[in-house]
Amino acid sequence: MSGNRFNAFQDHGVGIGLRIPHYEHIFSRKPVVDWFEIISENYMCDAGRPLATLDRILEQYRVVQHGVSMYFGSVTAPDPEHLKRLKNLVRRTKTPWLSDHLCWGSVDGAYTHDLLPLPYTWEAVERTVERVRMVQDYLEIPVAVENVSSYAAFTGSEMTEWEFLTEVVERADCGILFDVNNVYVSAMNHEFNPLDYVNAVPADRVAQIHIAGHSKYEKYILDTHDHPVIDPVWQLYARAIERCGPTPTLLEWDDHIPSFDEVHAEAKKAQRFLQPHATELVRAAK
Amino acid sequence: MSAHANVSTTPPTNRSLMDLAALQREMAAAVMQPLTPDENMRPTMPDGRSTTAVAASFIAPNTRLTAFERLEIYNRQYWYRVLGALAEDFPALRAVVGNSKFDALSIAYLAEHPSRSFTLRNLGSKLPAWVAAHPEHTGRRHRLAVDMAKLEWAFVEAFDAAELAPLTQRKIAALQGDSLLTLQPYLQLVALHYPADDLVIELHRREKRQTSEAGVAHEEVSGAQTAVPRLRPRPIWLAVHRVDLSVYYRRIVREEFQTLEAIRSGSALGEALDAGFIGSRIPESKRADRVREWFGDWAEFGWICAG
Repeated sequence: MSGNRFNAFQDHGVGIGLRIPHYEHIFSRKPVVDWFEIISENYMCDAGRPLATLDRILEQYRVVQHGVSMYFGSVTAPDPEHLKRLKNLVRRTKTPWLSDHLCWGSVDGAYTHDLLPLPYTWEAVERTVERVRMVQDYLEIPVAVENVSSYAAFTGSEMTEWEFLTEVVERADCGILFDVNNVYVSAMNHEFNPLDYVNAVPADRVAQIHIAGHSKYEKYILDTHDHPVIDPVWQLYARAIERCGPTPTLLEWDDHIPSFDEVHAEAKKAQRFLQPHATELVRAAK
Repeated sequence: MSAHANVSTTPPTNRSLMDLAALQREMAAAVMQPLTPDENMRPTMPDGRSTTAVAASFIAPNTRLTAFERLEIYNRQYWYRVLGALAEDFPALRAVVGNSKFDALSIAYLAEHPSRSFTLRNLGSKLPAWVAAHPEHTGRRHRLAVDMAKLEWAFVEAFDAAELAPLTQRKIAALQGDSLLTLQPYLQLVALHYPADDLVIELHRREKRQTSEAGVAHEEVSGAQTAVPRLRPRPIWLAVHRVDLSVYYRRIVREEFQTLEAIRSGSALGEALDAGFIGSRIPESKRADRVREWFGDWAEFGWICAG
């Protein structure tokens, strides 16, 4: 059986992020897409066009929710209103699993709306595990935490990022949304070998994989989601698939968004890594 | 050997120098501090400490970037994100006050009212009141700027606020003076100094504003200054509402506006109608017809619900 308990044993294939500039194309052409990932916060309103649009999408496509503001690593408790709205949306979409980031972004009720990195400390492990467990228990569906791109490292860190990720997911008993572009970006910014990360991540907990493009500056790389996926990231993806097996994969493209067909074609490049693996599995099964 | 076999399962006893809560408060203070006019991180923190020293106290440098420079990336990202979000939600206010004044106004507003919500949709919720209280940030066209801020926030609310089941014609016909009613949450009542509704519609059309996931969004926010025509002041009473998922501005008379406001504040229907006609020049003999017309419109639009 493909999949694992962190993605409800789903074999979703290759999806793309649902973005406004593509609505018209999707509704008029009804393209065949394995699945769409939605940003949960964009649909956590009470009524109106966002939810009406989502309902139309849900009639025709599989949807998985991805959040940007749960801030599993924030020290202050999550907003109960946020959790309530998120659960209502989960009931609406029937998302088989839900993801958000292994980061922090709010403190004492003030929100930065950014995915800020955590120091890789035992204290941060404890705090984050507590919050992931609480959210997972409340939502009653599998939760996956995503590794973020980062531009700063902390003097107080007590372990590597992949050790930190492993500690959190093992103790919280949750899944991983493994972003191989983020691994690449952080590896360049923090001067480590990205393959060390890919080779260390607990493969049996990877519920989903993100691929994306980024922007290179003179002294650092920014995770901008506004370019095609570069070859070194495809190589990391190939290694991740080798370790994890066929895994639901999602291309993120959030800025300077090209046509639907262009984004979809970029995403479908992932199939060349997924299909040979599937063929091998079938051959082995025989 | 499993991939994570080298990770210790027992936390070591030595703790990091700064606890997590302190680190997050320190980093948030630095990240949310306004940039310099050259879009760099400020050399001093709000409490006067050196930002270089603060950054070095918890951020490690690498071979290319100092701790200050690494923190500065987040500082810039924060301001680009929140300023972009406000500019998307308030394009007409931006056009009225001008691009550079709008940026300064946004920075001052956000320094006083950082986001307190998980969603950027609510970032401008306090902006209309803040703009009204800060004429120093709006220039000569202060009252028009206030109108724009009120209208554009009303748009955000009308776009995706809740919708209740409206009263049926039969229930409306049975209403009494002591009936308690509720207005649709998406219905926004806005009193303006200028006929700014037409201008907002025009400016939003020029900005190619589109309905979006986040409440409101545009294609790229243009950096070009938009020319705003002169308007003569004239009181306008406006109902900003939603029909078939689109937001509309409907001008109503002062008496209807006052009546709706009184209903929203919890007055019984009879009291609300009395409040509606305070200061009215509509002759007593014509008021019943007017009220009938209003109820006809309210029923058509589904504005009134059970209290």
